[in-house]
This record gives sequence, structure tokens and C-alpha cells, in this order.
Amino acid sequence: MTLLSVRDLTVKFATRDSSVTALNRISFDLAKGERLGIVGESGAGKSITGFSLMNLLSRPGFIDNGTILFQGDDIVKMSESQMRSIRGNQMAMIFQDPMVTLNPVLTIGQQMVETLRAHRKLSQKEAEQIAIVKLREVYIPSPEDRLGQYPHELSGGMRQRIVIAIALLLDPQLIIADEPTTALDVTIQADIMELLLELCQSNKVGLILITHDLGVVSQMTERTLVMYAGKIIEAGRTREIINDPQHPYTQGLINALPQQTQPGNPLKQIPGNMPSLAAIPNGCAFNPRCEYALDHCRTTAPEIVQYAHVEVACHEVSRLHSDKSEERSA
Amino acid sequence: MLAYLVKRVFQAVAVMFVISLIGFAIQDNLGDPLRELLGQSVSEEVRQELREELGLNDSFVIQYTRFLGKALQGDLGTSYFFKEPALDVILKKLPATLELVLGATFIIVGFSVPLGVYTAIRPNTILSRIIMGLSIVGISVPVFLTAILMIYVFAVGYGWFPSFGRGDLVHVFGYWETNFATLDGWSHIFLPSLALASIMLPLFIRLIRSEMMEVLQSEYVKYARAKGIWPWRIYFVHALKNTLLPVITVGGVQIGTMVAYTILTETVFQWPGMGFMFLEAVNRVDTPLIVAYLIVVGFIFVVTNTIVDLIYGLVNPMVNLARMGA
Ligand SMILES: Nc1ncnc2c1ncn2[C@@H]1O[C@H](COP(=O)(O)OP(=O)(O)OP(=O)(O)O)[C@@H](O)[C@H]1O
Ligand SMILES: [Mg+2]
Repeated sequence: MTLLSVRDLTVKFATRDSSVTALNRISFDLAKGERLGIVGESGAGKSITGFSLMNLLSRPGFIDNGTILFQGDDIVKMSESQMRSIRGNQMAMIFQDPMVTLNPVLTIGQQMVETLRAHRKLSQKEAEQIAIVKLREVYIPSPEDRLGQYPHELSGGMRQRIVIAIALLLDPQLIIADEPTTALDVTIQADIMELLLELCQSNKVGLILITHDLGVVSQMTERTLVMYAGKIIEAGRTREIINDPQHPYTQGLINALPQQTQPGNPLKQIPGNMPSLAAIPNGCAFNPRCEYALDHCRTTAPEIVQYAHVEVACHEVSRLHSDKSEERSA
Repeated sequence: MLAYLVKRVFQAVAVMFVISLIGFAIQDNLGDPLRELLGQSVSEEVRQELREELGLNDSFVIQYTRFLGKALQGDLGTSYFFKEPALDVILKKLPATLELVLGATFIIVGFSVPLGVYTAIRPNTILSRIIMGLSIVGISVPVFLTAILMIYVFAVGYGWFPSFGRGDLVHVFGYWETNFATLDGWSHIFLPSLALASIMLPLFIRLIRSEMMEVLQSEYVKYARAKGIWPWRIYFVHALKNTLLPVITVGGVQIGTMVAYTILTETVFQWPGMGFMFLEAVNRVDTPLIVAYLIVVGFIFVVTNTIVDLIYGLVNPMVNLARMGA
């Protein structure tokens, strides 16, 4: 059953005299309980996508076009108060840096209880009981004592566990996690991811995981979207995308993974940078960095089409594919 | 907590020490106490005798130590004009001034928070623009001009408020008689308080507005929205608390400064407080009274700042008072 269905989502940023396009006709679906990864370099539009789903774009960003059907209702058309009743309730978000997401002057208990009471008629006591149960689920030791503590009294990993507990408070259908471990110590990143995976599976919660890290995506998600300059350029089952990437950009991302490099050799980075929104190249946005680019790549933008096991937006995908097969048979 | 308290009190004492030194230096250099005491027509021998007797020929250090010792016992000298201990003269005038400052503080707190919050969350409405425009005017017009204008319009023109004095007072205890117990008292204190608040109020509105706007951009406010918290709760619980933390520090200092501004306001409204008294003392070259005034105002300033710091430590969960003392 489809939980979320995004069609032609276009997001723009108003500039002084016109606007720039941050998301260009994004479409994807998410089934109930499904876990989806969104990957791409910095500036690809991953976070903008996440915030759009919550209808939480801050000025000057705005949804210019498209629909976001969540359980059949269009979020784009919802009033602010309808949207408020969904946020934190049926759709929860985990932010990147737990050091700055929790309010420094409110206790953990206050921040948990207010979330529950924003959506359900509960007494203070009842809300605290639920909060304690959820803290226990994320393996916070002595959860009763945490309620009275302030965020600065807890470590980063502990705070992110609390943010995860808050996300689960109202048993949402969907959690959007925007780089939930990037700000954390490397030694605990894997623990947090494992926890998130375990909880999503056991509670049958859908997950949209935004990350730079293809390794994390392969471990956490069933399907993956690869974004570049505000567009989806490849989408499909995570396994297929990791094992047999079709788009030259996705291939570049995978070749750049440390595991793909022989020890001692330098990492194979994709040359060049993601373009800024104001200067997206004509044709395929990736063409200046692409070793396969031909003339038509510089003039016409490719549509996303089914190819092999995935969907991909590349004119030259078949040529690339045959090159690769030759390589393999050789 | 105790260590922090001790440290803070120690700092306060150090500041008071410097103020007393300045006060003494003024006393030493301003006017001739003999002339005030004896007049012009006394022979040189008598003068010298009295100089010796009063210890005016002693070294600076000895004279200062004597001054400090007396000051610590509450003896700040005797007013030439009132022929009374200077501290007593001031303490009699102090309640009037403090009530004026209190009235102005009420006005500032009562208006700056709602107006600052409103202009921060609705920055583009016409009302916000009007408030911001007026605040610029308020900051740039000097207090005495505001005060005179107010008297001209509301006291002389419309006759809504009396233009001078304190009106009917009710005795509380000691030297303290209050304006806040009768309607007449309220009507007398209203205009002077408003005049005194006229500089600080716009400053506070702007300060709260800019702090609040910054806080509203923060991650934790965005996160609160993502949790589906009601907007009013985001504004008044999540954002306002973080906004007011830095405002408290600045605010405390400003309220101390306001005691000094009372000189102008009290003079224009002939408010019988210590600011009015100070100006008269300057006219009469009543040196002990001038010095005593400086020391008392310095004392008030130091005490308010210390209290504000302590309050800040108490309301800000991130300041651990126990640790700061170490
Ligand atoms: N307020 C804004 N005004 C103009 N452009 C913006 C604004 N916020 C974001 N952008 C632009 O939108 C694009 C997409 O931003 P987004 O934050 O979604 O990137 P991202 O893929 O999440 O990158 P990262 O991995 O660095 O988080 C970027 O080019 C960014 O510069
Ligand atoms: Mg991002």
C-alpha cells in the first residue's frame, strides 16, 4: 500500500527579481513501512526534499508545483493547522545535529511531553509515562531521571537517541532522518543507525534516510534515490543501485567509496563540483563532469526512464552499459 | 553556588572600593571645606588651626583611610547646606527616586516584551513598521525634551495629569512614602515614569525583536515546528525564554543606568528625589552631598548588576553556578 506519493514536486527559492529552482519535478513513491535512501553530494537538494514533505520550507523557499500525497491527502494543499496535526504525529523528523535540535532551556521531559500533548489529550502524568517507555526503547539508562535533565547534561549520542525517541512518541507512519549521524562521533554512528533500523523494522515505520554515505544506504534501506542538482537521476532497489549503478554520477559515487579503493591508492573522486542553483548547466546538469557526455547531453535534459533494473536519467546509458559489459567479459 | 556568590560579592566590593576612591578624590579637590564652614572673614591662624584639627594636612593615604573607615560606618560626611549627615539626606530622597525607576521599569517590561515579540513574529505588518519607526524617534529624542513635551501636551494642554511633585503619599516605613497607594499618587508618577522610560523602552523593544528574530531562525525552533507544537507555544515558550536570557543581562545594566537618568527627569518634573537633590547640591557646591550621592548611586549600580548576574545564573540551565565559582 502506498504511504507517500510525490509527483512532479518543484521547489523554488525566490530571489530579488526572479527565482531559482532547487527541486526540479521530483517524483517517487514510498510503500507503508518501506525504507528509502536519498543520496547525493552536498547541495543536491536532499534536505529541501525532506523539508518539503513536512511542508516546512523556510523563506524564501516555496513549493512551486506538484503534489505530495500522504495517505491519500495532498500536503501541498493542506492548511497550516491540518499540517501541524500531521507533523510530529504521523510524520516525524530527525535532524542532523542533536547538539542544536533540542531546546537548551527546556528539559528533556518538557520537550517530550509537549510533543505528546500537542497531538493527544493526555495528562502530564500519562504523557510522562509514555515518554519513559519510549526512552527505554532507545536504550537510555534510567529514563525516569532523564526527564528532569537539560540537553547540555547529555552526550551527543544520548541526545540523538532522545530525538529518535521523540520521533517515535506518537507511533508515526513515516520518519524522515536527515543525516542523523553526521554530527556524531564515528564510534557511535553505527550504533545509532542500527537502533534506527531496528526500531523502524519492529514498529513497521516508513523511513526516508538522507545521507552522503552509500554504505549506510545499502545497510539501511530497500530503495534508493540518487539526486543531482535538484533532480532524481537514478532510482531503484538499493541492491541494484549499489551493485550495478547505471548513471555515470552514481558510478562515480560508488567508485569514490573507500572500500572500492586499493589501500594506498588515492580515493577516486568525481572531478569538479555540484553546480550552484543559479548556474545549472543546460541539458544534463551533470554533463560538465561526465566523461561520456556528447553534444546532445549539453542541449537536452534526459528524462528518467526504466533501464535494466532501475530508473535512470541519462542519454548515454545504453552505450555505458555495453562498455561495462565488455569490460567485465574482457 | 556559594563559591560563585562569594566571588561575585568580592568583585562588587572591589568596584565599590574604586568608586570610593573617586569620591574621595572629588571631595579632596572640589571646593574648600574651610570656606564653607567658616566663611571668608577668619584669620589665617584660625584657619591653619582648624586645618590641623580636621586632619586636612595629613597625607592622602591617611585622609583616605579615615574617609573609608567613616564611610564603612555609614558616615559620608555632613551636608553643608542641610547641616545633616549626607547619607540621611540621600536616604530620605531615595524612595522617591526608586519608585520612579520602578514605575519606568514596569512600563519598560510591560510594553517591550509584547511589542518586541510582536514585531519579531510579524515583521512586515503596518503596525510593526509604525512601532519600529516610533522607537527610532524615542531613542533619538533626549529625555528632558520628551519630559517637557509631555508636560506641555498632557499636563498643560489636556490637563490629564499633574505636572510636578509626588501628590498624595502613603507612609510605608522609615523614610519610605509610596506613590502606588493612591490614585493621586499614580497620576503624579505616571508622566515622570513614562519620560524616564522613553529612551530605554524603544531600546528594549529593538533588542528583544532582534534577539527573537535570531532565535526564530534556530534549529530548535524549526525542530519544534517539525514536532507539530502550537505556534503560540513555540513563540512564548521555546523562543521567548531563549530571547530573554541575553536581554536580562543588558537589561539589568540599563536599569542601573536609569538611576542616573533620573537627574533630568526629576528636575523637569520637580520630583523630590535624589536626582533633583543632586543638581541642587551641585549648584550649592555641597561637596559632601555630591560625593555621598555618587557613592550611593555607585552602590545601587553594583548591587543591581550582581543581582542580575545571579538571576541570569539561576534561569539559565547552561550556567552551572557551582562550577563557575571554581
Ligand atoms: N534559503 C535558501 N536560499 C537559496 N538557496 C538555498 C536556500 N537553502 C538552500 N538553498 C540551496 O538549495 C540547494 C539544495 O540544498 P539542500 O540543503 O537540500 O542540499 P543537501 O542535498 O541537503 O546538501 P547537504 O548534503 O550539504 O545537506 C543548495 O544548492 C542550497 O544552496
Ligand atoms: Mg542537507
